[in-house]
Amino acid sequence: MKLLAIDTSNRPVSVAVLADTKILATTTTTVGRNSSVTLLPLIEQAIAQAGLTADDIDRVVVADGPGSYTGLRIGVTTAKTFAYTLNKELVGVSSLAVLAANVTIEDQLVAPLFDARRDNLFTGLYRMHAGQPVPVIADQHIGAAEWAQQLKAYQAPIVFVGTAVDQYQAGLQATLQANFVRALPQQDLPQAAVLGLLGRNMTPVKQLHAFVPHYLRLTQAESEWLAKHPKEDHAPYVEKI
Amino acid sequence: MEKQNLILAFESSCDETSVAVVADGHKILSNVIATQINSHKRFGGVVPEVASRHHIEQITICIADALAEAQVGYDDLDAVAVTYGPGLVGALLVGVSAAKTVAYAHHLPLIPVNHMAGHIYAARFVKPFEFPLMALLVSGGHTELVYMQADGQFEIIGETRDDAAGEAYDKIGRVLGVPYPAGKVIDEMAHQGQDTFKFPRAMIDEANFDFSFSGLKSAFINTVHHADQIGETLDKNDLAASFQASVVDVLTAKTMRVLEQYPVKQLVLAGGVAANHGLRERLQAELPVKFPNTELILAPLKLCGDNGAMIGAAGYIQYQQQKFGDATLNADPSLEFDWMPNMVH
Repeated sequence: MKLLAIDTSNRPVSVAVLADTKILATTTTTVGRNSSVTLLPLIEQAIAQAGLTADDIDRVVVADGPGSYTGLRIGVTTAKTFAYTLNKELVGVSSLAVLAANVTIEDQLVAPLFDARRDNLFTGLYRMHAGQPVPVIADQHIGAAEWAQQLKAYQAPIVFVGTAVDQYQAGLQATLQANFVRALPQQDLPQAAVLGLLGRNMTPVKQLHAFVPHYLRLTQAESEWLAKHPKEDHAPYVEKI
Repeated sequence: MEKQNLILAFESSCDETSVAVVADGHKILSNVIATQINSHKRFGGVVPEVASRHHIEQITICIADALAEAQVGYDDLDAVAVTYGPGLVGALLVGVSAAKTVAYAHHLPLIPVNHMAGHIYAARFVKPFEFPLMALLVSGGHTELVYMQADGQFEIIGETRDDAAGEAYDKIGRVLGVPYPAGKVIDEMAHQGQDTFKFPRAMIDEANFDFSFSGLKSAFINTVHHADQIGETLDKNDLAASFQASVVDVLTAKTMRVLEQYPVKQLVLAGGVAANHGLRERLQAELPVKFPNTELILAPLKLCGDNGAMIGAAGYIQYQQQKFGDATLNADPSLEFDWMPNMVH
């Protein structure tokens, strides 16, 4: 099976092409002005470098959130359209799980972090098992201090991974003491090759049209509206005219 | 029969996801539009992040429906066109990402289209353009006069210095308690009322071709608030009629002035506010009297709002002129036509 893997959920853009477990081409960049400009040229290059054409790809694997809303939409729209238009399989993998999987120590607790601004995180807790990140606490949007308190209860070393860790290190370390373990810098970037390997054995999505990013947050406008209209059903939100 | 050129066209600049199949730039084979109006009604206007989220829910459904309704497959297509600006950046990016991917996957040329060019070319479905041509473009985000010497050439001659006309409609709609989008209802109310308030006609006598609608909006709001304070009830239909009379007077007067200085073969009225009956009727009445040699083309009512077909029509011109984009195409939320050289504004 030929796989195309795409991660644009944060500033880094990572693309890989795999043939089963063999990595044929992989690129990760953090310098692009934005992923709308970088992503498709990287996909074209990776597929060409692998000696393939778009139609040779059997399955598209995409990091489907959480992360930057715009980044997620570029990656998910591209992956979803690629799979739809060429009639290929589509698999979504948690963007946090992709990062956690960079830490390969068996049985290790891993907390991948994305900065969600104003002392908030997108994060989850995973335990590595046979190279797979198994969720222990589900991906969520949470305040940094509250997250540290939750993790303290595990009373075990936790590896923190992601470029956002540095900015939250002081607070986390103050709460977790010696159980705070910093991942190596080379583990901080999402690797689409890892994403492809995670998505290889997963079940493809059945309702491709309905596939959307896991933002893990309602928009502010929607939460405010729901607070004021708790019982009102306003659907359908979108209508064909 | 000669082979037709088929373009698959994407539009997602604001709150409509649309994909169309257009033949030879002037025949609509399909024009699928998924509108989010009912969602944004909750907030009294378009919320960009909500709009972007809806686009990604709809985009592949719209592609599927557009191809099915047109009864064509990817092998029948000659190019993919897409709106890349102006508009909401997050919304534009969904259409741009999808269009680029379809073009790459099926080895088709990619045509980046300016959304405002699309609005003008909605009128191309009525009849072929003859140049020079003037377009009065009126929408929620834009109010401008655009001069065209030939297909694909656009020069701004005048534009609004503050609010767009459509934006003013939505803002006074809120004051009148009319749900978003307010344009259609205010147009209907205006037809029931009289211009009794005589609101200002901003910049109507100035020598330039620019517009201003924020003063009118303020005068309207002040009138309503003053009446509220003294406990007076104003006739809402008269308020709507007075507001619309000012908008239509200014748009018409400026357009007639620009035509004196720049004689053209055709005048195109396009953009979301081009669906306004008051404006359509006034231009239909005045143009033949003042400029009997200028033909009026009103964008079809169904194509005044955002839609993929108009992007396919504008994209077809670029297809003929081989103006293509590539895989690096990005959204450009503040994309604009150039001004006419030496135009003082």
